[in-house]
Amino acid sequence: MRRAIVTGTATVAGVILLLSLKPHNSGAGAVSSKVISSGGSSSSSVSASGGSPGSSPSGSAASSGASGASAPAGASRTVTGSAIDTRYGPVQVRVVLDGKKISRIDVIQYPDQSGRDQEINSYALPQLNQEAIAAQSAQIDVVSGASYTSDGYTRSLQSALDQAS
Amino acid sequence: MTTPLRHAEHVMGTVFSFTVRDPGPGTAAALRRAVERLHRIDRVFSTYRADSDISRLGRGELTLDRCDPEVAEVLERCRETAAETDGWFSERPGGELDPALDPSGWVKGWAIEESSRILRAAGSAQHSVGGGGDVQTCGGPWRIGIAHPLRPGALIAIVAGHDLAVATSGTAERGPHILDPHTGRPATALASLTLIGHHLARTDAWATAVFAMGPDRALRWAADRPEVEALAVLPDGTTRHTAGLPRHLAG
Repeated sequence: MRRAIVTGTATVAGVILLLSLKPHNSGAGAVSSKVISSGGSSSSSVSASGGSPGSSPSGSAASSGASGASAPAGASRTVTGSAIDTRYGPVQVRVVLDGKKISRIDVIQYPDQSGRDQEINSYALPQLNQEAIAAQSAQIDVVSGASYTSDGYTRSLQSALDQAS
Repeated sequence: MTTPLRHAEHVMGTVFSFTVRDPGPGTAAALRRAVERLHRIDRVFSTYRADSDISRLGRGELTLDRCDPEVAEVLERCRETAAETDGWFSERPGGELDPALDPSGWVKGWAIEESSRILRAAGSAQHSVGGGGDVQTCGGPWRIGIAHPLRPGALIAIVAGHDLAVATSGTAERGPHILDPHTGRPATALASLTLIGHHLARTDAWATAVFAMGPDRALRWAADRPEVEALAVLPDGTTRHTAGLPRHLAG
């Protein structure tokens, strides 16, 4: 099951806080930059859980096509998801995989025409990045409470992961 | 173990995701029917479409008996929900400030539950359907993370079980958007409210209503309803829950 937001079967205790690391605090900097990143070198505490049963491949009926390039086979590959049109504009993510595990997600395109979009995106996209990375360590099938702005992100991420599988 | 079949569908201004753990020969066709059902519900009930039955009914261009028959049914469910929540749910959620007809508080959860019903009717006993942050599962166990409304990237809880419906109402991603039907102004006394039940249509509509109540009334209301458990997150990050909630938490 490669889908990061919807994945896994293992067990984790009780009421937990998934991440000890702080999300990128995307004040002015991350909003104006075109790339919002999560993971990378700062994600070591997340990826420390190692290869998990939730990261085995799965089929997908998702209709979204994938466009993007894979790096040569090796420890780490980069896959770019489709640009997904949302009500507010296109959203596109790029995923770095270490083996079958997501180590980094960059949002390379997102709507930022209005102040409201920036307000939403500066918050929601880093949050979604962390959720996607965190969900695969916590073995979550699905998340309740993340809505709306997640649609383009989810689809682009899905297309990247479909392509990687 | 069979590979789960997954599908993501963009409809109703959000994304619906399907995971079928027990796919069979009829699953692909059932998924197509479920997705068609979602688009059809959107065409009839969307308040963003000027030509939907609900928009035309609201403008007085259609009478109820000329609408799709499900419109009358949905409005009846809205009235039931309003009665069950002491008027904290409304098919006119803008109150007197904006008395437009908008049964969306019922429609999305109902649409998700309908999708699950279609999959069940086609023989699936193991699937989940999520849309816009609300989830209906069939079979199980399923592990459902509840997003922390105040801490980006964190979950505040993980629930696990069989045949669960989980609905979260909150201000985190969209800002204050649930209106107190009594005032027409945004409800802000809670950061998020999650209800865990078994049937998403009702659970989701209740979550919307109960969110608007604020914490004290919300918890009292949920404690009187054996069908649901509640987890409330206050704007300062403290949590409150009904006595029965812990039995749903993943252990």
